[in-house]
Formats: sequence, C-alpha cells, structure tokens
Amino acid sequence: MKENFLFHNYCYVSVCFFLSDRQVERDVTTSYKSSTPTIEKLRKKEMGEENKVTLYGMWASPFVRRVEIALKIKGIPYEYVEEDLRNKSQFLLQYNPVHKKVPVLVHNGNPIAESLIILEYINETWKNGPKILPEDPFERAKVRFWADFLQQQFLDSLRSATKSSGEAHEKAMKDVFEKLTVFEEGTEGFFPNGTPHFEGENLGFLDIVLCSLFGSHKVGEEALAMKIIDPERHPLIHSWVTAMNELPVVKETLPPHDKMVSFIQSLRGNSLD
Amino acid sequence: MEEVKLIGTWPSPFSYRVIWALKLKGIPYEYIEEDLSNKSPMLLQYNPLHKKIPVLVHGGKPICESAVILQYIEDVWPQNPLLPNDPHERAVARFWVQFAENKVPCIWRLFRTTGGEEQEKAKKESMEMLRALEEHGLRDKKFFGGDKIGIADIAFGQVAHWLEMIEDLVGVKLIEAHTFPHLHAWTKNFKQVPIIKENLPDYGEMLMYFKRARDNFLASRGPGM
Repeated sequence: MKENFLFHNYCYVSVCFFLSDRQVERDVTTSYKSSTPTIEKLRKKEMGEENKVTLYGMWASPFVRRVEIALKIKGIPYEYVEEDLRNKSQFLLQYNPVHKKVPVLVHNGNPIAESLIILEYINETWKNGPKILPEDPFERAKVRFWADFLQQQFLDSLRSATKSSGEAHEKAMKDVFEKLTVFEEGTEGFFPNGTPHFEGENLGFLDIVLCSLFGSHKVGEEALAMKIIDPERHPLIHSWVTAMNELPVVKETLPPHDKMVSFIQSLRGNSLD
Repeated sequence: MEEVKLIGTWPSPFSYRVIWALKLKGIPYEYIEEDLSNKSPMLLQYNPLHKKIPVLVHGGKPICESAVILQYIEDVWPQNPLLPNDPHERAVARFWVQFAENKVPCIWRLFRTTGGEEQEKAKKESMEMLRALEEHGLRDKKFFGGDKIGIADIAFGQVAHWLEMIEDLVGVKLIEAHTFPHLHAWTKNFKQVPIIKENLPDYGEMLMYFKRARDNFLASRGPGM
C-alpha cells in the first residue's frame, strides 16, 4: 500500500509525461499554415533587440523550471512566453520542429532546445556569475553522468510506473526506488561533510536537475496527502532537496501552490481508469 | 600525459565512438577488449553501476557512458575540436548527440523483431528518426559537423555502419538514396573519412556476430512471440 502512495507522489513529475503524450496526438492534426512567418523573419525580429533572451515554457513543467533557475542564478534578464501545449504557437513549432516541446530558449534569434543543453549553453555564454558546471573535466563528467541518470534511467522507470497497473506497477515502483537508492549512494561523494549546504545561490547543474524533479514535493503532499521523499529511505536526497528549497531562487520559481495542487488533482481525475 | 585506457568490445558502436574521438585528436591509449559474458574485475570496479562498456580510464579515473566520455575528451584535449566554437552551434551539436541517445535505440528494437506489429512499429519509429536526421539534422550539409565530422557525426556512427547490418539481418531497407538522399550520401562520406575507415569492425565478422546474437535472443524468447 505504501508503494502505491509514494507512486502517486511522483505524479508531479509525471505531469509532463501526460501532457506531452497528449501533445503528440494533437500535433498529427495541427496544420501548418504557409502564411506563417519564416524563421528568418522571426530571427530578424529577435535580432532587433541586442542579446534578447526569450524562454518558451509551460508553468507546471519541471524542465522549464530548470532553465528559469539557471537564468535567475546568472542574473540574466529574459522574457517568458507561456505556451498552451494543447495549442502550440507557430513560434514553438518553428523553434523546435524536431520535438515541438518546451523549454526552448531563444537568444539573439537563435533557438536552443532540451533543458540540459540549455543549461550548458547558459554556462558557456554568460561567463559572469556562478558557474553552473564545474571547471574540472572529471568533476564535470561526474555531474553530467548523474544528471543523465536522472533524466534518462530514473524518468524512464517513473514513466513505466505511471503507465502500468497491478503487478507490473508494483515491479516498476520497486525499480523507481532502487534507482533512487543508486543515486543516493552514487552521489554521496559530492558531500564530504555529509549534509548538502549552499553558499548564496550557488546551485550547479546536478542541483538544478534534482531540485526541478523533487523540489515541489510539498505540493504532492497536500494534493495526495502523503510524503514525497522518505527521509529514512533516502536521507541524502531528502536533505539535499530540503536545503535547496530554502533558497530564494528556488522559492521564486516554484509554480503557484494551489494552482499546482488542483492541476495534479485534475490530471489524476482525468487519468484514473 | 597521464595514461589513457579504453575498455571496450569490438562489435560495439559505442566503443567506436570513443576510439574515433581519441584517434581524431591523436591521443595515445591502451585498448582493452572486454568479454561481456565474463566481466573482468577491472570493469566491475570502474563501472560498478552499469557494468557496461565503453569505459575510459584517464590517470586511473573512470568515465562511463559514451556521450559523457565524448564531452570529457573534448574538455581535456581541445585539439582537433569535435564541437564548434560558437555557443549556439555547440548547443545544436549537443542536441543531435542527445537525439542519438534517445532515438537511435529504435534501430536495435527493430533488430530484435521478426515480423508482425512489433516490427512495423519499430520500422515506423526508425523511419521517423531517419526523417528527422535528413530534414532537420543533416539538411544539405555534407556532415552533421559541416565540412568535417564532429561530435554529432560520431554519435550517429551506428546509422552509417551498424544499421546496414540490421537491415540485412531483419530483411528491411530503411536508408535508400531516393528516400533519404542526404543521409544516404552521408553514410558513404562518413565511412570514407580516413580515421573512420581505418577504425570500423569488419562487416562480414560483424554480421556473423550479430546474427548469432539475434538468433540466441529470439530462441530465448520462445515460440509465438
């Protein structure tokens, strides 16, 4: 029973899976009008303002949130454009024709897609402010490895869990917990003093990824009336996320609490068999 | 310079990604062939989490996951860069490496099918993936990297050499000159680059190896699947 409760807690992350699945179905019927402005015209429009940064996003998306955190840490002014994922704008379809997803960062008219790639871009382009990636290549490789682990393997497990029921679901959930344990054990070395602690707003690549996936666990708690990350089972992840949740930049980028609660509840309502 | 070792296996496209990167940059290394049916203590020590190859060991420190290794090699040895200078172009190259990680595995799902709905689905996914490469990735460039190969070309190496083997074994043809003209030309051009040409598994040996692997896999699945 406890496994089921914890499964539902991860619904926050699965928000985007449900949404993105629906997008694929809708996109098949979305027609692309030939009178839509070309990317060249869009680029010229963007280039009219030097160094203009625009972020195309969706308010509930943890992947968009990552980019917002990075932009704020670096003190980069940007315009935010909310996308209705059920009715994607011509801009989004032009800027990310391959995946048609958010986030997309547009800088000087050039689009960059995929949240982790956007973080690398931000790190390389704006040299001032805290470094998002470590300077040392080996440390950098470790951070990329674990971010990739969360982004691919962990989320794949979670996806399997949200799409299955009965015995298959129990098995998938067990896998989710095992992956969390692997992450817990694998990243211990990042904190030689034991407890994660952040100076100012010095969040790095892996911190941002973790925070975006689990940082809203309190919302899940209220929406689904139970704990997200068990401090007994995964004490490092719990203390890591808790430490980050205290930072102003993390609080600022948190989606509106009540809105998120009713959004998760409505998704669960729509998706229950 | 600290010692560089690469633990890999001769049929693996992921192993070759690292070989190509090291050779393109002229980095001397020791190659260690791993027997995946009897994993060495060294592999288990260096990649305890996944127990997979390739693993790059530099000065005794292990780096796992071929895409992470490629970036590491680029960070440590900047000569003959695999990534462009311009940050936006770098982001585009990384996008395609990410795409290779997420989407190219569908050709291996196709490899494991014998027919029916399962094969149709894998074939459709593979064609969509190739279409994206043709229309958005490569477009009219000679290589993903422009005039010379870059990190994205290396990441798509599977599509240039291993896909042909999959097509032969499964009995489907995915890349044809009339359906994917640029991609078709790319598969030829990529394999003509001297470093790539000199570092590819022999096609016949590869075909035999993967045929055996496929036969074993299908036999273990049992009848009626």
